[in-house]
Amino acid sequence: MIATHLPILQVVIPLMAAPLCLLLRRPRLCWALSLAVSVIALVIALLLLGRALSEGPISYALGNWSPPWGIEYRVDVVNAFMLIIIAAIGTIVQIFAPRSISHEILPSQHTLFYTLYLLFLSGLLGVTITGDTFNVYVFLEISALSTYALIALGRDRRALTAAFRYLVLGSIGATFILIGIGLMYMMTGTLNMADMAQRLQPMLDSRTALAALAFLGVGLTLKLALFPLHIWLPDAYTYAPTVVTVLMGVVTKVWIYVFLRFAFTIWGQEFVFTEMHLQDLLVPLSLIGMLAASTAAIFQRNVKRMLAYSSVAQIGYMMLGVSFVSQTGLSGTIVHLFNHALLQAALFMALGAMLLRVGSPLLDDLRGIGRQMPWTMAAFVLGGLGLIGVPLTVGFISKWYFILAALEKGWWLVASLILLTSLLAVIYIWRVVEVAYFQQPDPNTTPVKEAPLSMQLPIWVLIMSILFFGISTKWTAGLAERAAAWLFGGGP
Amino acid sequence: MSEFPGLLNYWLVIVMMMTGFYAMISRNNLIKKVIGLSIFQGAVYLFYITAGKVFAGTAPILEEGFSNYSNPLPHVLILTAIVVGIATVAVALALIMRIKDAYGTVEEDEIQHQDKIR
Repeated sequence: MIATHLPILQVVIPLMAAPLCLLLRRPRLCWALSLAVSVIALVIALLLLGRALSEGPISYALGNWSPPWGIEYRVDVVNAFMLIIIAAIGTIVQIFAPRSISHEILPSQHTLFYTLYLLFLSGLLGVTITGDTFNVYVFLEISALSTYALIALGRDRRALTAAFRYLVLGSIGATFILIGIGLMYMMTGTLNMADMAQRLQPMLDSRTALAALAFLGVGLTLKLALFPLHIWLPDAYTYAPTVVTVLMGVVTKVWIYVFLRFAFTIWGQEFVFTEMHLQDLLVPLSLIGMLAASTAAIFQRNVKRMLAYSSVAQIGYMMLGVSFVSQTGLSGTIVHLFNHALLQAALFMALGAMLLRVGSPLLDDLRGIGRQMPWTMAAFVLGGLGLIGVPLTVGFISKWYFILAALEKGWWLVASLILLTSLLAVIYIWRVVEVAYFQQPDPNTTPVKEAPLSMQLPIWVLIMSILFFGISTKWTAGLAERAAAWLFGGGP
Repeated sequence: MSEFPGLLNYWLVIVMMMTGFYAMISRNNLIKKVIGLSIFQGAVYLFYITAGKVFAGTAPILEEGFSNYSNPLPHVLILTAIVVGIATVAVALALIMRIKDAYGTVEEDEIQHQDKIR
């Protein structure tokens, strides 16, 4: 009985828990509730993936209104994989959160943090699970509005301006997506993705359809922060509380998923990438993004901002993988969605643990930290190695796919640029390593202790999975290949 | 259908949308930016409602003598979008209040200037 309703429970449990959390008021209780909800979401996501793998796509008619009239929730390998990423990072973040927010968010706002987190979680899960285009917009705004408020929880006043700028740009992106959906609705008279995909095919050449594609393209790339539409990202990542930064890393990945959904399932990859020449546009933009953001990362004095720029570069990788329009490239993107979620979470959390003790993310203040917080810094280095793409870490698996896809196409220049940006990553990770291990701490400051166990535990769980999935690729890369084949096979 | 008056509403939508968009980009005052955002979103409401209108169509009432209905679905969709728009403006104004507390101004260039000095 419950099993048939899993798709809706995935979204409704966090949504209902959010107001409950606000009523509980006590931060400890709220924390227990949001941790429990995250674990439940993860279990549901795993069950859904299991069913999607064994029985094929699951279709759930909301309120028993049969699709295409009612809202349909549709789970296949692709979005079940995405649901797991969201819920897994959410769970890890919740274990990490109490100590981290104890000094990064005012005590009176802790309840609000957990409430907003639950809304954010339901928004992202909703965007991912739904098979209805307008539903995408509604959940988009639920997650986006809670993100703006989450960023503004940062204690630095620049968090407020960063949140405001993100609000303005995010709303423009969301409105563009809304216009795109409206134009597609005008053409097809339906909002259901599967139905829309069928009806849209004969009218692809009409001007309305082209306008819809243009609006969706700009709106989605703004949301997923592809260069040059990434300008909201570095400030928002830098001044948000660390836990929020980790969560925001998932947001851009969800938007890459939505882009895949629209481009491959609804419009068809032939039309989008070849006939509309989106490939010619996305490949250079991704490459410039990778190079420019990695170079910018090298010159940052603030480690958090450095990692933010590195995230922009990683988004470049993922979009490059998409724009190869080959199964190998797409597998690389999907596996990197998972791999980079682990990597950026581990790196930002390790930095968050240092922030708790040192109180500053500036490179100058982290001198000698490697000897004072050996475990945390070791985790940071291992995460950094993953980011560079050293073998035996997850980063290597993703890079392997990207380079393989480039060579398949015979794009030697692109393959060498991928290697070049990996070298740039070596430089910016090395700068932190050098400061942390080879420089003496400022004698005027008191030495700091190692981070508490509640922070070490989630960080090391992530590091272990970075190494585990770097060696055993059966689950991640195997699933990603199935997902990519599924997207290429057409049909939602 | 001719461009005029058939597509007049769409032209108005574009004018309104660009007015809002321009205000968002060019204004220095954060409140004015939010007003621009509101106009921008308002244009989209008009766009959806226009798309649902059927010429000489009536409200969708199931009754003798009514056979030509306007599409009610866009109205329902835009009701949701209006709620979202109000929520966005509310969050934006709340942020501006806190920015005013923290910086003592709502002019963007003065805020940037203060951040540079620190």
